[in-house]
Amino acid sequence: MMLLTALCLTYIVFFLTNLYPNLEKLAKTQGNFRMSEEAVASYLGDRGYLQPTPIKYLQWLGALPGYEKIKEDGTKLGKCVRPGVAAEDTPRYCGVLQGDWGFSTVSKEPVANVLGSRLANTGKLMFWVMVVMVPSALVIGVLAGMREGSGTDRSLSTVSILSTATPEYVSGVIFIALLASTRNGLGPWLHEMGLIEGKALFKGTAKSAMDKITFQNFTLPVITIALYGMGYIARMTRASMAEVMTAQYVRTARLKGVSFGNIVVKHALRNALIAPFTVIMLQFPWLLNGVVIVETLFSYTGFGWQLVNAAGNNDIEMLLAVSVVSVFVVLVTQLISDIGYVYLNPRIRIS
Amino acid sequence: MEPLTWTGSFGTIINPIFLVVCTAFIVAVVAKLLGSFVLAPAEDQINVDGTITYDRGPNALIGLAVRYLLLALVALCVLYILAGMFTPIGTVGIVGAVSAQFAPVWIALVVTFLLSITNKRKLGLYGKLFDSTIGMIGFALLMFWFYTAVFVGVFDMIATLDPLSQVSGMKNKLPGTPVRDPKEGQFAYYLLGGDNLARDVFSRMVHGSVIVIVIAPFATLFAFMVGITLGLPAGYFGGRLDALLSFLANLVLAFPVILLFYLLVTPEIVATGIPNYMAMVLFVFPIIFVSVLLNSRYYTRPRLRTPLLAGVLLVLVWLYLSAISAPGTVINVLPEVMDLFDINSGILVVFVSVVFVNSPTVFRIVRGLVLDIQTRDYVAAAQTRGEGPWYIMLWEILPNARGPLIVDFCLRIGYTTILLGTLGFFGLGLPPESPDWGTTINDGRKLLSIYPHPAIVPAVALLSLVLGLNLLADGLREESLRD
Repeated sequence: MMLLTALCLTYIVFFLTNLYPNLEKLAKTQGNFRMSEEAVASYLGDRGYLQPTPIKYLQWLGALPGYEKIKEDGTKLGKCVRPGVAAEDTPRYCGVLQGDWGFSTVSKEPVANVLGSRLANTGKLMFWVMVVMVPSALVIGVLAGMREGSGTDRSLSTVSILSTATPEYVSGVIFIALLASTRNGLGPWLHEMGLIEGKALFKGTAKSAMDKITFQNFTLPVITIALYGMGYIARMTRASMAEVMTAQYVRTARLKGVSFGNIVVKHALRNALIAPFTVIMLQFPWLLNGVVIVETLFSYTGFGWQLVNAAGNNDIEMLLAVSVVSVFVVLVTQLISDIGYVYLNPRIRIS
Repeated sequence: MEPLTWTGSFGTIINPIFLVVCTAFIVAVVAKLLGSFVLAPAEDQINVDGTITYDRGPNALIGLAVRYLLLALVALCVLYILAGMFTPIGTVGIVGAVSAQFAPVWIALVVTFLLSITNKRKLGLYGKLFDSTIGMIGFALLMFWFYTAVFVGVFDMIATLDPLSQVSGMKNKLPGTPVRDPKEGQFAYYLLGGDNLARDVFSRMVHGSVIVIVIAPFATLFAFMVGITLGLPAGYFGGRLDALLSFLANLVLAFPVILLFYLLVTPEIVATGIPNYMAMVLFVFPIIFVSVLLNSRYYTRPRLRTPLLAGVLLVLVWLYLSAISAPGTVINVLPEVMDLFDINSGILVVFVSVVFVNSPTVFRIVRGLVLDIQTRDYVAAAQTRGEGPWYIMLWEILPNARGPLIVDFCLRIGYTTILLGTLGFFGLGLPPESPDWGTTINDGRKLLSIYPHPAIVPAVALLSLVLGLNLLADGLREESLRD
């Protein structure tokens, strides 16, 4: 099933990126912008872009040999040709099945190399997002759900509604204007009071974070992503906590005279955390969206930035690899959430 | 002319009071939060003779303080607005001038609230909304933007200047800058400053609300039509149909939204006409929905059904054909005389892609609800009565699923607003000079750390609208659960 979904999705991406207007754009950006219609057609024909889409798709997969054409002057063109590799060494098959993800027409490098470093960058970002987001969301949710309907519950719930209503591009813009500006907001104020050295509290871009992550350049991107996801997890935790607190075994514990703190920590918490676990896992694909926005906003060259770059320039093979990775993330998190749910919930495990 | 300050001469008196009340309010809220952990909870005692003894412990007092300080804060805000409305420009500064511009919106809001609150017991779920503070705040925020959009879009009020025209010398000017030698009858100030192309930020923001308020609810409605029309049979019949539709829904959901937007909303794809074909498919669903709805209800009375259905279908099909056919695109079926309206191709693409992204989620929700409701007794009763499957789905199951669906509808309009903003943020779909909020945020972010106002203003506007919708959904959920 997963495989079928992945195949369908990549085929859709393949189909859409291989429509003629897109190919024409590709040819013009690769060749030059004043190419005539015939020049575009011959450029595309020489490189095998004008074959029927299913055949091209199978070539990309590696089930069919890649397109090849020897020009009159003896240079070889085709899908598997790479600059710097001699014509004799060019393999016949070069698809995903052979482990070859293709060649990025924008960065002039194999897709796998580029995407690998991008994924590593995004991995770091996601790690810190998770470190910030998950504990704070769980704490807010548990505190709010502990005493349903109390003042704490209402104010914390309002906070989490506010955070789900703030998309990344809004919170990011507000954070940069307030915290990362040298002319407005908190930075100059704190500087005058002598509390910070520089004029701005944080940095408005994360470009320098690619080499070295510091508190200054990484805080804003991380909290911008974390904020949007946090509210949702917190609300799920609150709902689940509130439900557990009305359960029979919690009432029994109360009647036995167990203290409130003990009830929350020892009896309720574990059962209340089953539902949020699923939500956190299903949050990953959502976070991917946030990552794209935040990486564009803070110019951090990770996976999301690469997606925007590849889509904007119709870098077909890069775009396909990006979509394979994101589909993989979505499907794997679904799988983990299913397995984890069974593992955490004893009722399902036994039956 | 002098540039406007934020609150003018009025502010020199009121601002200190406002600041004191604001600080006191924040302190009280923090005290309340901490107090709920440390101090004993406030408990009002109900006496035997039917009277109540209010708790006068520290927690109860803090709660009381929070409430009165909030009221004082609201009263001060209203004072600013009223003073701004009834004094000449400049006395209450930018705040006053902006609230004076919004005067029709305030009046409409007050009238709506007065009418609704006096009649709230007669108004069903809508009336119950006015029992919850959260719901009322959410509704007020939503209606604020709704009325703004109506007054801007229909009556051309509120906006001070043209959203697209540039005035020389106003590039990146701060809020409250006077326009250099204004023409006769032209508004003399850039209330919220100028953007990097010297356009008025305030006017662009209010014009942006029209785009959002028109597209977001309609797109959500269409997504619901698609989701309901497919979700009901999938849940009710199950089997192969369900498996196929669920697979397709999961397929769309597995796409990262932004990748999908990039694939669908580029000019190259628009040139191939794919969005038009998608519109052709997606816009059919409301017709199917309405005709099945009417047919299943009235098929026992053919003499009523046939003319009714024929009339409704005629209107709907005509609207449908006008909507999908536009000169210069791949689908141009209607002759020009009969074509009622043309949808701008940029807006059509955005609309279609937003509907396409939203409908699988609605499908899953509806399908889940159907699976749940299907086992109820009244469904079995209807089946025993010999009702057809479509009657049961549309007239037994759907009305009973309305609670969660209404709540999700509110949330989803908010999500659609966010998606529209995302599209604008990446510069997809709408033309680059369009005043919608996402595009303006994208324009403004380049100079964010030097001139924050062109980006902050639309960002706050978008935030308040989405927040309003989320609060409204929360209020509705609470009130509908209370039944």
